[in-house]
Amino acid sequence: MGIFSKFLSKIKVTELLHKPDLDELADELIAADIGADLAHSIIEQTRKVKSATPEESLHTVLLSHLSKKERSISTASGVTAVMVVGVNGTGKTTSVAKLARNFQSQGTVVLAAADTFRAAAVEQLQTWGQRIGVEVVSGKENSDPASVAFDAISKAQQLSAAFLLIDTAGRLHNKSDLMNELGKIKRVIEKVTPVSEVLLVIDATTGQNGLQQAKIFAEAVQVTGIVLTKLDGSARGGIALAIEDSLDIPIKFVGTGESIEDLAPFNPDEYVKGLIS
Amino acid sequence: MFDALSARFAKTFGNLRSKGKISSSDIDSVLDEITSALLEADVAKEVVDLFTERIGAQAAALLPTLQAGSNQAQAIFDVVNSELIKILGSEGRRIRFAKNPPTVIMLAGLQGAGKTTLAAKLAKFYKDQGNTPLLIAADLQRPNAVTQLQVLGEQIGVPVFAPEQGNGSGNAVEVARDGIAFAQSKVHNMVIVDTAGRLGVDDELMDEAIAIRNQIQPHEILFVIDSMIGQSAIATARAFEQGVGFDGLVLTKLDGDARGGAALSITEVLKRPIMFVSTGEKISDFDLFYPERMASRILGLGDVATLAEQAKKALNPETSAKLEEKFARGDDFTLEDFLEQLEAMANMGSMGKLLSMLPGAASMKKQIENFDESEIVRTKAIVQSMTPHERRDVKVLNGTRRARIARGSGRAVSEVNSLVERFSAAQKAMKQMRNGSMPAGMPAAMSGMPAIPASKSAVVHKKKSKSGNPAKRAAEERG
Repeated sequence: MGIFSKFLSKIKVTELLHKPDLDELADELIAADIGADLAHSIIEQTRKVKSATPEESLHTVLLSHLSKKERSISTASGVTAVMVVGVNGTGKTTSVAKLARNFQSQGTVVLAAADTFRAAAVEQLQTWGQRIGVEVVSGKENSDPASVAFDAISKAQQLSAAFLLIDTAGRLHNKSDLMNELGKIKRVIEKVTPVSEVLLVIDATTGQNGLQQAKIFAEAVQVTGIVLTKLDGSARGGIALAIEDSLDIPIKFVGTGESIEDLAPFNPDEYVKGLIS
Repeated sequence: MFDALSARFAKTFGNLRSKGKISSSDIDSVLDEITSALLEADVAKEVVDLFTERIGAQAAALLPTLQAGSNQAQAIFDVVNSELIKILGSEGRRIRFAKNPPTVIMLAGLQGAGKTTLAAKLAKFYKDQGNTPLLIAADLQRPNAVTQLQVLGEQIGVPVFAPEQGNGSGNAVEVARDGIAFAQSKVHNMVIVDTAGRLGVDDELMDEAIAIRNQIQPHEILFVIDSMIGQSAIATARAFEQGVGFDGLVLTKLDGDARGGAALSITEVLKRPIMFVSTGEKISDFDLFYPERMASRILGLGDVATLAEQAKKALNPETSAKLEEKFARGDDFTLEDFLEQLEAMANMGSMGKLLSMLPGAASMKKQIENFDESEIVRTKAIVQSMTPHERRDVKVLNGTRRARIARGSGRAVSEVNSLVERFSAAQKAMKQMRNGSMPAGMPAAMSGMPAIPASKSAVVHKKKSKSGNPAKRAAEERG
């Protein structure tokens, strides 16, 4: 940047954004769980973008931090296998049901209840399966989740299903044995059919720990996309932007409510608007 | 959970300690560090500002009174420590038991915070203390939340009042009311009511919680919150406070690596104490909350109190007495004793969890994270591949025996060698300790034995070692 343009940008900044305004903006971004460091660098960049209004500049900068990767589900020629993973309590089982509902219009869906750990998780998925009319393959409680997944593939192939959705047990990413188990489930499936998508479910209320979750899950099972849940609460889900920015994993779906239909494809524009609203 | 936060504090104060005299600009930079550390830990911005303001003021007042040469860094550190404890609640509050039982505890919280699991943990905790809790399944929203509670109740042997299967139907207020009546008729002295999770903004569900509260008049309402929650913690907690209201907090999923700054935010802003923490997937992974312990964990001072308590719980008093006796007699510490010790350690939980409670754990975070628990299994395999004779006297381990042990355990001979070497060093250290040179011998024994990176000589069980091979076993029994 030459001296002249530097000077110009300074003029622009003093006209549009004063230091207190900038600090306030940064605080806003921090309050949305974007993270302090990223918030400050976003504000820095916003100063340098020339738009009609500061809001517009900020919007542009925020958008630029999102992943450029494809946000639709990649499908396979046979059964499209989708694994759903995440830490405890983010809404995996509910998301699996919503995804099933979403995919139903494109063909038969089979669900694998591979959360064999949490009490009554299998029943929870079965209840959803009955409600939407989708076959749920399950094993006994505490049975090997990989074997449930394996059985589910056979079932999906037998029914010439278009989609197989695999619900897995919630696990904290710092438990290496549980993360290894997840890797095993994926390898078992891949012996029969490729896994098209590994979706990580992130709770929109998650703080900075979300980054660590995404990083470690991605290392364990090559996460291809994120389902951002509970965005209808008081949280703005800024952690998802931090994840896209640092790990380049695209958000693919957003959970927006408690009913089975409340799942929408991710819309970058709306999301960014929500962040700074 | 507070690990990363601890690591940052440790670094900040390390820098401060390296200075002889602290100036006010040093304090400013410490405050900056604290600010970004707390923000990274998800402490709400408004709380961070309050916190640093208070520390800044106290430190500034303190500075002129400090003598040159006295430990100034320590004094500043103490200020931070005591402020943290103050925020976390100077004394941990406990459940207030009702004069006329049953004591009614109602759980509230966001979806996925871990209420149902927590209800069971709470019930187990109080059952073990001689109470007779009843669980009431009043989450009629989430599919199969009722079933989940029933399964958990069966596991812990606590009855579950569940007249409605839930899944969106039934009246939670009636269930709660009838449950209390049932508890009274069956003389339960404690009732724990699980309610549906809700989003802070959901009026309908919040109204239901309020209706339940008004109906059953709980003695304690506990707000259950996920320790991974971010900046929205305060808004959420406020919504619950203004809605159903709550008396205390329960922090869940503390076994993760989230820093749990939300806990600080809520206790500071809403002045509600953290009463319990939930630290794992097992029903027993649950404890009372101790503010001073948590503060020292945040500051990287370790949580020795909890560690000692767990050790006491895990160690079989008979085994300890036997060992002590042996020690007094002057007998050698053998690999057999080692096995028993390792078994006791296994009962205390994973090595990673234990190590993280030690002072300075924050700076060893990487090693602890990378701690390969299966190393313990390997060590165990090596020791179990030895004959009882060999375990009692490692000196007999010649090359042939070591090769056999390596084959038997599926490990390399070099690993067998390294285990034997470290064990011999520890044995020697024990001897020195007995001869009175305790301080020097102790660390040697520690580093010699359950060392972090290499062997983590560890856990093991097997009561009376016997070889799987009948011929070998016969040979063993001959000595």
